Amino acid sequence: MTGETFVHRLLFLPPQASSIAKAVDHLHYFIIGTTMFGSVGVALVALYLFVRWRRRSEDQRSYRVEPSKTFEVLVIGGPLSLFLLWFVLGFRGYVKLYTPPPGAMDVYVTAKQWMWKFSYPDGPNAIDVLRVPENRPVRLLMTSRDVIHSFFVPDFRVKQDVLPGRYTQTWFEAVELGRHQILCAEYCGLGHSMMRAWVDVVPPDRYDAWLADQRRGLASRQDMGGPVGTPEAGTSLAREGVRVAERAGCFKCHSIDGSAHIGPTWLGLYHRTEVMTDGRRIYVDEAYLTKSMMDPMADIVAGFEPVMPTFQGKLDAPETAALVELIKSLQSRELQRHPAAPPAYGPIFRR
Amino acid sequence: MAPSSAAEPRFNRPNYLTAETTIASWLGTRDHKRIAVMYLVLVLTFFFVGGVFALVLRFKLLSPGPFLISAEAYDRMFTLHGVTMVWLFLIPSIPSVFGNFMLPLMIGAQDVAFPRLNLATVYIFVAGAVVALWGMIHGGADTGWTFYTPYSTTTPSDVVPVLLGVFIIGFSTILTGVNFIVTIHTLRSPGMTWMRLPLFVWGLYGTSVIQVLATPVLGMVLLLVFVEHAFHFGIFDPARGGDPVLFEHLFWFYSHPAVYIMILPPMGVVSEVVACFSRKNPFGYKAIAYSSMGIAFVGFLTWGHHLFVSGQSTFDSGTFGILSMLVAIFSAIKVFNWVGTMYKGSVSFRTPLAYVFGFLFLFVFGGMTGVAFATVLLDVPWHDTYFVVAHFHFIMVGASIMGFLAGLHYWFPKMFGRNYPERFGLTAFFLIFLGFLVTFIPQFLLGNMGMPRRYYSYPVRFHPLHVISTVGSWLLALGFLLVLAYLLWSLFWGEEAGPNPWASEGFEWFTPSPPGAQNFDGVPVFTHAPHAYALIEKGEVPSGR
Repeated sequence: MTGETFVHRLLFLPPQASSIAKAVDHLHYFIIGTTMFGSVGVALVALYLFVRWRRRSEDQRSYRVEPSKTFEVLVIGGPLSLFLLWFVLGFRGYVKLYTPPPGAMDVYVTAKQWMWKFSYPDGPNAIDVLRVPENRPVRLLMTSRDVIHSFFVPDFRVKQDVLPGRYTQTWFEAVELGRHQILCAEYCGLGHSMMRAWVDVVPPDRYDAWLADQRRGLASRQDMGGPVGTPEAGTSLAREGVRVAERAGCFKCHSIDGSAHIGPTWLGLYHRTEVMTDGRRIYVDEAYLTKSMMDPMADIVAGFEPVMPTFQGKLDAPETAALVELIKSLQSRELQRHPAAPPAYGPIFRR
Repeated sequence: MAPSSAAEPRFNRPNYLTAETTIASWLGTRDHKRIAVMYLVLVLTFFFVGGVFALVLRFKLLSPGPFLISAEAYDRMFTLHGVTMVWLFLIPSIPSVFGNFMLPLMIGAQDVAFPRLNLATVYIFVAGAVVALWGMIHGGADTGWTFYTPYSTTTPSDVVPVLLGVFIIGFSTILTGVNFIVTIHTLRSPGMTWMRLPLFVWGLYGTSVIQVLATPVLGMVLLLVFVEHAFHFGIFDPARGGDPVLFEHLFWFYSHPAVYIMILPPMGVVSEVVACFSRKNPFGYKAIAYSSMGIAFVGFLTWGHHLFVSGQSTFDSGTFGILSMLVAIFSAIKVFNWVGTMYKGSVSFRTPLAYVFGFLFLFVFGGMTGVAFATVLLDVPWHDTYFVVAHFHFIMVGASIMGFLAGLHYWFPKMFGRNYPERFGLTAFFLIFLGFLVTFIPQFLLGNMGMPRRYYSYPVRFHPLHVISTVGSWLLALGFLLVLAYLLWSLFWGEEAGPNPWASEGFEWFTPSPPGAQNFDGVPVFTHAPHAYALIEKGEVPSGR
């Protein structure tokens, strides 16, 4: 065992599976080393002074000591320069850690209570497994559908909060094949500790083949070893939604082509802001769609009659989800091509 | 030569404890010393309650899966643990107990500037505690003590009473701060110049400034969350143009300075204890005094170091990183001066000094791991993991509670006229110190491994370290219970301490112990700085060694 692997194990650090992990750990060794040295040093000096100057008799007196200027400069300057050195080393690494290299491949990440969804710009979606190629920088563009989450891969030394209503980004370059755990690091409720997922690092050629398969929609499940990228997950769920809608009689009142009918059309409904009969404005999201099925009288869109029956107890959860996915898939062409605008910010320091 | 306790005649005048004995005389008292004792009972009760929550949490973590309590109960319990320990124990602990008791004695005043207001803070504190605790039992907030939006505004659990309780307690904190500031400015006796103020008073002064300036921000932000939760205002809701991160900024603008509300008073205690038990004037008095004010000021400029991974800009992160280093420098100055006080001293190793040794090691280690976060890069893997948990427990338990216990042992004879048994004192110290290390060192390592905080269940690779940490928590609890037991015993059967068992030259010891209901018969006049022991001057040949 080399000295470095010994320190690595002594500190219980996880594998160094990303391109920056080694640099982060080196700073870690240095800083924890100086911290141990500093605190043990102070404790030992205090103990020595106690032993050397302990009260040997009840009436023992102390000597007058005034701190000298040199001493004062030393005790302020010493720690200050040490801490500034720490900062310079650390901040350089931080800028690097937060500057995705040009040409990194993008993956969109959506967090919600309590799962991770990964969407490849021109390919598949996957739930709780992020498949990436080895030795290729990956930029993650992340947003949350509900509360704040935090994307954390200990093996990569990467962490970034995932916020509702805005995108944050992080990047990594995996250098170790295999599975690395994703944890949610920001407390997000009851299922917080179970909001775990995996990064699956595969050789680049296998990754490219997988992605091509996904694009053709031909991938078979056993090829992928697990739940990765259930082919066209969104589409098949939406297709199921059509069947559910026909069975439940939704199309008697709702159109899917934009034409007016008894109820609002589903085309472009998702992400629209609707005005209610009482003047409130509601942004149509999954929650509103679900609520409208279960409690249709609560929010009536202006210009429509309150005639819809409740489907509480008539639709189960997967059927509701299928309907929601169907409505979400009914976007105009333009919207479909840009499901979410990528963030406007790029690296702040260019090499 | 300092007076020895045996030679002193017993004080026959009724002291503040025996002057009046009815319950009404306690509940309606305006005597700062009785108010301090009431606070002592209150904060120790809440420390016990918060400690029981901690033990239940640690016991649950013996198993990586569901065990003992449900995830819901676990989430509520860590919220309870945080809220109780921060607002019901740590913030009022030293200022409201020892500050109230010692401040007027130290500056030669008969009482604080506003004695009625002082009593009011007790009742406001109790009212806030009752509302918060009722809310915890009734609705059970599950947000953690940080109340991050939008979780706190959308959680099905009832956070409103807890927010309201903390809001009310905030007024108690603010009023105590105002009271202390006015007292220090206006009630100093003749000769008590600013440069003769005991260092504990300097610590209280810095603390009070933070309490008065920062706590209103907490009140504001809690009200905003309340309004958002109850009336759906959209201040923190991005769907309606709100900003979820705004809450984090406002919250930490209070809560980072609040860390210094919790650490400046124990620093003041350490300054007193180290001088008394080294029988020597504080080394670098001005440096210690000014650094308290420096911490109070710069502490307001560092809140952004809690947001390094929140999407804050790289430039902001760098700025907050540098500013955080400055706070550390002020702390480092204090540490060197405390250690320096022992140099060429006459050091007596009694329980209070033992706690100071504990404080020194844990504070330096905990503090430097804090500076390590401010390098920004290392914050990324450590943020929101057990490393953070271990770091702030080193400061909050390691430093603050060690300081509290140092003060409790040092001033116990002052407050109650009886001494604690030294052997039990040291035994309890070693138990607490050992228990502390066994509890929290594994948590640093868990953080290195990547164990996130607030996890009900966890991957099995974290299991062994969790078990060690839980065992440590039992040792720690045993130590605290031992302290409670022998202090209760000493209250009635402890050895009579006499007016000044430590032969301390701290100003609070110039009154009888326990002091009379009236602090001083006349107006005391101060002619020198505190802890002015008879020192061996340069060139003088010491005798009597």
